[in-house]
Amino acid sequence: MSTFDVPIGPMHPALPEPLLLKLELEGETVVGVDFDVSYMHRGIEKLLETKTYFQGLPLVERICGICNAAHGLCYTLNVEKLYDKEIPPRAQYLRLVVEELSRIHSHLLWLGIAAFEIGFNTMFMYTWRDREAVMDMLEAITGNRVTTEYSQIGGVRRDIPPNLADKLLKTMDIVEERTKYYVKVALTERTIAKRTQGVGYLSPEEAKATCAVGPVLRASGVKNDIRADDPYAAHSDVPFNVITYDTCDVFARIVVRAQELFECVNMIRTALKNLPEGPYRVKLPMKPNAGEALTRVEAPRGELFHYTLSEGALKPYRYKVRTPTLANLGALRAMLTSKGRYVVNIGDVPISYGSIDPCICCTARVHFVDLKKGKSWVWTIDELRERSKRGRLLP
Amino acid sequence: MSMIGELIRSLFKKRATVLYPEERGKVHLPEGFRGKLEYYEDKCIGCSLCFQVCPSFAIEMVPEDKSRFPKNQTGRRPIFNIARCTYCGQCEDICPTKAIHLTNQFEVIALDKRDLMVK
Repeated sequence: MSTFDVPIGPMHPALPEPLLLKLELEGETVVGVDFDVSYMHRGIEKLLETKTYFQGLPLVERICGICNAAHGLCYTLNVEKLYDKEIPPRAQYLRLVVEELSRIHSHLLWLGIAAFEIGFNTMFMYTWRDREAVMDMLEAITGNRVTTEYSQIGGVRRDIPPNLADKLLKTMDIVEERTKYYVKVALTERTIAKRTQGVGYLSPEEAKATCAVGPVLRASGVKNDIRADDPYAAHSDVPFNVITYDTCDVFARIVVRAQELFECVNMIRTALKNLPEGPYRVKLPMKPNAGEALTRVEAPRGELFHYTLSEGALKPYRYKVRTPTLANLGALRAMLTSKGRYVVNIGDVPISYGSIDPCICCTARVHFVDLKKGKSWVWTIDELRERSKRGRLLP
Repeated sequence: MSMIGELIRSLFKKRATVLYPEERGKVHLPEGFRGKLEYYEDKCIGCSLCFQVCPSFAIEMVPEDKSRFPKNQTGRRPIFNIARCTYCGQCEDICPTKAIHLTNQFEVIALDKRDLMVK
C-alpha cells in the first residue's frame, strides 16, 4: 500500500501553537512522523543579558503565561544562589503556596483543553469556570491574574494576611469538591474512555529513553518529581505523594493530573497551617557575586531548568532556560509512532499532542540555516562534540 | 452522559461571566490590584531607585526645581510613561517613601499619547 504525507500546521485549528507535524499515512494509520518547532523566535535569553537581575524578573515571567509562577520562582532561586544570604522560611512557604495554586490552575486549564480536543466541550467550559476561583485567589494574593511576579529576589512580594488565608482555605474546599467530581466524570464517562484509553502509548522504557519529564513521565509509571527528589522551596517540610499511573496512555495523563490536584490542595492547607512567623523578604544588593548557578523546579508541565553565569556585574553574562516542553518532544515522537497493538490513528494525533501539555512558544531551539545556499540542517550530537573541540560551530 | 445532572443544575444557576463593558460595576477587583500608578511628588526624595528597577524603561528622570518640594534634595524626579508600563509593581515595592502607589484602575485608554504620562 502506498503512503502519503499530510502536513499539519504550523498554523492549524487543531494545534494551539506553531508546530509543523509531518505525518506519513497509510490509509488512516500513522506510519511515520516528524515535526518542526522552529517557527518562533523571541530572543528572551539575549534580552536578559541586557537587563539587571531585578529588571529581568518580569521578563522571565513572560516566557510562559501559564507556568509563570514556576519560571519566576526558578529565576529567583537561581539568582539567590549567587548571594550568600539565607532566605526567610516564611518566604519559602509562601512561595510554595503560590506555586501550588498556579499548578492547580494549569492542570484545570489542561483538563479543559484535553476535553476540548476529544470533543467534550461541556467539561471544557466547566473546568474553566472552576479555574476562575483559583485565578481570583492569585489576583488577591499577588495583585495580578496571570503575570503574578510573586517570588522576588530575596523573598516574596507580599505577605498573606490571616483573612486572605481563610478565604484561600475556603477556595481550596471548593476546588477539592469540584476535582472529586471531575475525577468521577473522567473515570466513568464513556466518551473519555473511548477516546483516551490505549491512545498515545508511551512505555516506561521509552519514557526514560526519550528523557520525558513531569506528568508525562509519571503517567508512564515512573516515580519522578523534582519537588520530592530535589526539594527547593518548603517542599522538604510539606509532605505529599508523587502520583503515578501505569496504563501509560492519554487516560493515565488525565488521571495523574487530576490526582495531583488533590495533592496541591493538601500541600496548600499544610503550608498555611504551619506558616512560620518572621519576615517575608530580605533586601539584597543589586550586584550578586561572580559565579554560576543552576536550578531545577517542577513546573506544572515538568522539570524546568534555569542556568545563569554571573561576572559579578549588574547584568548576567549568560542566561539559559530549558522548558519542559522541549524535553517532552522526544516522548511525543514515540507516542505518535505505531508499535505492536498500539496503532496510531490520524484522529488521535491532536489529543496525543495535547497530552504533553505543549507550550511550543516557550521552547528554546536552534535551527541552522544558510541563507546564501538556501539550505538548513541539523547537527548530530557527535558533530557538535567534534566542533566544540575546535571552538566554533558554524562551518 | 455522566454530566447531565450538572448540566440541568447549571441551567438555573446565575451566569458565571460578566457582560463587560455594560455591567462594569460587577467587576470586583481585590485590594492590592496592580493597575495604573499614582505618583505623589511631595513624598518623593528623588533617589531614582524606581528608575533603576523598571524593566520596561517606562520611567525617566527629569530635572526638578529644589525649592518646590523640600524633601527632594537631588534636583531630579521621575516621570512615568503608562504606555510602556507592564504593571509589575517593582517601583512601588522599592520606593523608600511610598511616593508611588498602584491603583485599581485598569482601563487605561487615551487618544493622545501625552495623556498617558504621569507627572
